Amino acid sequence: MSVQELEQLFQAKVDQEIKIEPKDWMPDAYRKTLVRQISQHAHSEIVGMLPEGNWISRAPTLKRKAILLAKVQDEAGHGLYLYSAVETLGTTRNQTIEDLHSGKAKYSSIFNYPTLTWADIGAVGWLVDGAAILNQVMLCRTSYGPYARAMVRICKEESFHQRQGFDILLQLSQGTPEQKAMCQDAINRWWWPSLMMFGPKDGESTHSDQSMTWKIKRKSNDELRQQFVDMIVEQAKILHMTLPDPELKWNEARGHYDFGEIDWVEFWNVVKGNGPCNKERLQARRDAWEEGAWVREAAAAHAAKRKDRQAQQVA
Amino acid sequence: MYEPDNDDAASLIHYLLYLGDNALVLSQRNSAWCGHGPVLEQDIAITNISLDLIGQARSFYQYAASLEGKEVTEDTLAYLRGERAYYNCLLLELPNGDWGHTILRQFFFSVFQQQLYKQLLPSKDSTIAAIAEKSLKEVAYHVRWSSEWVIRLGDGTEESQARMEKALVALWAYTGEFFQPAEYELAAAREGIGPVVAALQPGWWQQVQEVLAEATLQAPEQGKTWMQTGGKTGRHTEHMGYLLAEMQYLQRAYPGATW
Repeated sequence: MSVQELEQLFQAKVDQEIKIEPKDWMPDAYRKTLVRQISQHAHSEIVGMLPEGNWISRAPTLKRKAILLAKVQDEAGHGLYLYSAVETLGTTRNQTIEDLHSGKAKYSSIFNYPTLTWADIGAVGWLVDGAAILNQVMLCRTSYGPYARAMVRICKEESFHQRQGFDILLQLSQGTPEQKAMCQDAINRWWWPSLMMFGPKDGESTHSDQSMTWKIKRKSNDELRQQFVDMIVEQAKILHMTLPDPELKWNEARGHYDFGEIDWVEFWNVVKGNGPCNKERLQARRDAWEEGAWVREAAAAHAAKRKDRQAQQVA
Repeated sequence: MYEPDNDDAASLIHYLLYLGDNALVLSQRNSAWCGHGPVLEQDIAITNISLDLIGQARSFYQYAASLEGKEVTEDTLAYLRGERAYYNCLLLELPNGDWGHTILRQFFFSVFQQQLYKQLLPSKDSTIAAIAEKSLKEVAYHVRWSSEWVIRLGDGTEESQARMEKALVALWAYTGEFFQPAEYELAAAREGIGPVVAALQPGWWQQVQEVLAEATLQAPEQGKTWMQTGGKTGRHTEHMGYLLAEMQYLQRAYPGATW
């Protein structure tokens, strides 16, 4: 079969909503796009552990501490599923991790912002996980089987994460004046970066059209962003908090909220490495990896010794 | 049903705090690995242990709080006591060091905890017995996991062995405290609430020796090391103040707030 025929067959499967599986033929560019996207997603889970991990030692109650620990641990688990999904495409976990450490691979820019107060843990859960869920719910129907299945598992846990974030803020919003101020301040700082999570505007997104045809993506960046704004505005009312956008207004004709323009200069700067924590986040990951090298080497050496001993016993 | 009188109640509360503090302080230390572990699976494992321990601490504190009554809760016990009123063993508050230190400490403690909790099963205090029973399943995993890692690292590479030897030297002097009873442990033993802790030592030593041997690590000679003590009566290392300052920061900075 010619490549063109294979491609037609592939696209026909995608169009009929038949999942593409690891051993199926797929265009090189489809594979590459998936490796890029899934590894970026995996790295986001892993780097995302850092800003929230920043408050584990200082969580204000034992219950909150336990919930936060469990949550950050979930992110590690999500990273594992996703690295495994990348492996089904022929790229090893070590290679994927090296690409993160070398700066070749990206992760979600949102994690380059600092968590300054306890309220940030609430805001990250509510806004950041809230934004992530919209994307991930869409990805449960993505065309690549292992990715879609990983997303189904991840989505179940993420909705719990968003609720715990909201719950932290709800408690603060009913607390002392200082707690209320802390809550509003965190929302003010995380609102715009959360909107940025959906990526560039539809016209300016480089990979979007092809990804839609391949059904890797099923909704455009702007569609998801709008969905997010509509959802959050309603939830913010329950908190009696405001969102820091004077242009935010219900548009009867559109049936959606209008909102202001994202600061795209900031967006691109954070993507390029100039965010407040880009260097620290990457360094923390590199340090963990390098300081853990002797542990991984020892485990490998010990496993090899065991194997030798067993072989000798058998002989 | 065991019903303590006033003095006995105070002593029982001390005992519960001791049990809870051991779990909480080690949980706090281990949790610092979350996001920084040497490999993702082990990052998850150490966090899991941290979660188990915080769960155990909460059970002991909740019981202690119910005995104290008034406004006392698990959180006032964890967040509003200063270092002199914390009763955990010194070993558990020491800084994490490298992965080898963390593993070896976990191993020493988990083996001890397993011995101790087994002896709490027949406790006259049914709440303590129930907590011990529930926790033993978790602790069995902690023992297995940490033993496997001690063996892997001891019998791994030259570097890993050297690091484990160093950890042994650093931590050994803090293991004696497990078996030197504080007043509240003696009282617990008298009342049939807890075991005679000195009697736990041989079983602990036996298990530790076996694992160290398999790890090709030289076990320290018994009785040759001066053992550090004090944690059980609230006399801690200098590290403890910083641990609590960090952990208690929000509760101290915003007194009376609800989180």
